[in-house]
Amino acid sequence: MKVAEEVTKNDPWNGFREGNWQSEIDVRDFILKNFSLYEGNEEFLAGPTEATTELWKQVMELTKEERERGGVYDLDTKIVSTIISHDAGYLDKEKEKVVGVQTDVPFKRSLQPFGGIRMAAVSAESYGYKLDEEVEKIFTEYRKTHNQGVFDAYTPEIRAARRAGVVTGLPDAYGRGRIIGDYRRVALYGVDKLIEAKQADLALIGGNGVMSDDVIRDREEHSEQIRALQELKQLGEIYGFDISKPASNAQEAFQWLYLGYLAAIKEQNGAAMSLGRVSTFLDVYIERDLQNGVLTEEEAQELVDHFVMKLRLVKFARTPEYNELFSGDPTWVTESLAGIAEDGRPLVTKNSYRFLHTLDNLGPAPEPNLTVLWSEKLPDNYKKYCAAMSIKTSSIQYENDDLMRPHYGDDYGIACCVSAMRIGKQMQFFGARVNLAKALLYAINGGVDEKSKAQVAPNYAPITSEYLDYDEVMKKYDTMLDWLAGVYVNTLNIIHYMHDKYSYERIEMALHDREVLRTMACGIAGLSVVADSLSAIKHAKVRTIRDENGLAVDYEIEGDYPKYGNNDDQVDQIAANLVKSFMNKIKQHKTYRNSMHTQSILTITSNVVYGKKTGNTPDGRKAGEPFAPGANPLHGRDTNGSLASLSSVAKMPYDYSLDGISNTFSIVPKALGKDLDTQKANLAAMLDGYAKKKGHHLNVNVFDRETLLDAMEHPEQYPQLTIRVSGYAVNFIKLTREQQIDVINRTFHESL
Amino acid sequence: MKGRIHSIETLGTVDGPGLRYIIFTQGCLLRCQFCHNPDTWKMTGGKEMTVAELVQDIKEYLPFFEASNGGVTVSGGEPLIQAEFILELFTELKKLGVHTCIDSSGGCFSRSPRFMDTLDKLMEVTDLILFDLKQIDPDKHKELTGVSNEHILDMARYLDEKNVPIWVRHVLVPGGSDDDQLLQRLSDFIATLSNVERIDVLPYHKLGVYKWENLGLDYPLAGVEPPSEERVKNAEAILNRKKVIALT
Repeated sequence: MKVAEEVTKNDPWNGFREGNWQSEIDVRDFILKNFSLYEGNEEFLAGPTEATTELWKQVMELTKEERERGGVYDLDTKIVSTIISHDAGYLDKEKEKVVGVQTDVPFKRSLQPFGGIRMAAVSAESYGYKLDEEVEKIFTEYRKTHNQGVFDAYTPEIRAARRAGVVTGLPDAYGRGRIIGDYRRVALYGVDKLIEAKQADLALIGGNGVMSDDVIRDREEHSEQIRALQELKQLGEIYGFDISKPASNAQEAFQWLYLGYLAAIKEQNGAAMSLGRVSTFLDVYIERDLQNGVLTEEEAQELVDHFVMKLRLVKFARTPEYNELFSGDPTWVTESLAGIAEDGRPLVTKNSYRFLHTLDNLGPAPEPNLTVLWSEKLPDNYKKYCAAMSIKTSSIQYENDDLMRPHYGDDYGIACCVSAMRIGKQMQFFGARVNLAKALLYAINGGVDEKSKAQVAPNYAPITSEYLDYDEVMKKYDTMLDWLAGVYVNTLNIIHYMHDKYSYERIEMALHDREVLRTMACGIAGLSVVADSLSAIKHAKVRTIRDENGLAVDYEIEGDYPKYGNNDDQVDQIAANLVKSFMNKIKQHKTYRNSMHTQSILTITSNVVYGKKTGNTPDGRKAGEPFAPGANPLHGRDTNGSLASLSSVAKMPYDYSLDGISNTFSIVPKALGKDLDTQKANLAAMLDGYAKKKGHHLNVNVFDRETLLDAMEHPEQYPQLTIRVSGYAVNFIKLTREQQIDVINRTFHESL
Repeated sequence: MKGRIHSIETLGTVDGPGLRYIIFTQGCLLRCQFCHNPDTWKMTGGKEMTVAELVQDIKEYLPFFEASNGGVTVSGGEPLIQAEFILELFTELKKLGVHTCIDSSGGCFSRSPRFMDTLDKLMEVTDLILFDLKQIDPDKHKELTGVSNEHILDMARYLDEKNVPIWVRHVLVPGGSDDDQLLQRLSDFIATLSNVERIDVLPYHKLGVYKWENLGLDYPLAGVEPPSEERVKNAEAILNRKKVIALT
């Protein structure tokens, strides 16, 4: 062992600059005191080592086999997954620099019944597996699950709204996710110190002697957290590490941190199991080792590559319904890169490059969900590198750090797609979304569903005129949205009460502070459909076509009308006002655990399903046709070029949609400029301009439509083709055919 | 003042530096066989827009111009047919510090006092001209575009006198404008100009053919394929004087 290694072994914090982080759990302070800003270019980066190439080859072979086996390689039907339920598993122990898989075999999906036993059984069956009878019996007869709890409490009104698809995609049958444990704490402090801190917290809870149900719950949760941390130590032992103490070098830092994350994904099959903001933190360890001469750049990159490889292996067993909503097997292992510190320094380190460089060393992939926190103030070199990697891989999303920093500070991460939260200090109650387009049809038809003809919403007076009058529609829509906001928040309150009760995220919450800010993250779908519908009603003439019962089932538009996506205030302001108005309605309702109301404009791939469940709309969209994803304009309606389209979306008010505003942008390479240098500069400039205009999020895809068409026909030739869809990236060939077509039909900005 | 506008593209990346707001004007005097915007030929039609309307919309994109050193390009059609309108537009844009550019074929150039008066003023608020030199030989030019090229070459000389920077653009059409001898003569002409910042060879493409069909027009270049990469490189070399062809 080299001297430097020995020094840090005995004194893991040796060489770090001192700060508050030593006396309190304060990772942000550690980073700001110790990170090394890197403003150079990408020339220092190292290619893959032989071990990396061989391991990745093995992963690609397993991936192929998984595809051949119908989408699941293997599935545990017997062992209920907990932090310590399985023995160690490896790809190739000798070659792996970072180890640990969810079960005892890579690619084998774990059994997680706490969210719902029926779901676990259905997902197993859909892949041809049968759940162990004993397990099924235990979770049916003796141990209640989240899903059962939720349905015990749902009202008939909620069930009807859910069935009709006006309140949709709810985490009542799957894990809510979108909670980011501060996994860095495991590396920086070691588990013993974290347990100590939690024990001190526990002692403070209920100190004033009033044992209310809040206090009881808090005490129970903290006890669960401490138990989870103890199991986390055991997980370390299973893999041969003593993680009770802080990590003493870079490899240990990656390993300790990863074990924290692994514990979380062993226990929670959350919709999004995001990682946080680890790259600049880990860079501090790499820099120390580089300076001590115990690590080379090749070895540093190898650590990053192997770590990222593990993140690409995260898999869950999910139901066909889930897969329909969120297509392509996503896990949202979101890692947030770069951003600017509150003191003005860019948080860009060499690791901000190394993480993106995995897209070269391992090839493109949807996970981890690489998210660059963009600011005009990022170093020019880094901006250009990001642009180059986007052009090459279409695997990166961008979110406006200048917009988020005032709300979330400089140590926040993105959960899932667009939801910012302070790491270790904030969590969200994920609320899926409501279908605003269907609600508009309810307003017209007096609460009767246009497809099932059932009375779903209250039977307010319908509109009976032949032509729709804007003021009348708006008045009725407003009333209908009041109803919807109420039933929606009630539904979410039930879900999160039950999730806390039956499927509490104990290890993730153990990696949070004692006092946590909770948000109730509502969401809306169908924004552009509603904006265009209202614009048509206002600026053109919309005639209703009614069925034999007088129900408006189709619409005929006479004349033209301004469409969302062309930077035309006549319609863009309708959309912006709708966002504000619905947020204000949400705020009128009390939330579970007094969580803070927020909302997002994000659909992920569910825009296809919501469209399928929604009848003809007054904008001319036909029944069953997909909505636009997120806050995007509807396909083909943005006709003034991409900057007009971006400018429309940028008008959606972030202050009223603090959980994020998603925009997916596809462009053919040639439309960015003639040569790569111009393309890089232009893409970076577009991102700067979008950020200046207060746009929040942008998925960037750069490819030709022909590539996608070819990939549909010859999937085997495109095993790693990655594309960005609303808020995440997917392996294109894993999408359903319907969704592939939806992606291809979307606007490709290609004018020359 | 109102202009006749065919359409607007907010993300232009090939018509001038940086990210550009492109205004396609309606109306052109040329009838180029390779034209990919024949729908802009007619002098009528299009949408009438005021300078104020355009400026109001363009203001929205200042952050993108700033980030990319981009600006506004007026293309067409032939913008200079509406020189007075562009003068008023550019005068307003200059107040906002916007980089201004015109994409012109010079097809309507004349030394008439009235046109020159407007053009002189317009050149004072124009930062760059993308100037099409389609063919050096007058007869061949007429064949290719429907008009001769004397006044176009004259406009190039005028811009030189005025010291207005230009980017020369030459659409390379197999059989129409890719003859080595003629490329060399074009190159020799360009060499007499001192205001040329850049020379671009634009390979002929067929993306506009559907517009001819939509307009019920016969496509004169039916059967002509885009030039090979080698021919494009050859033309670039000759026009940029990296290769010299002996004139016979």
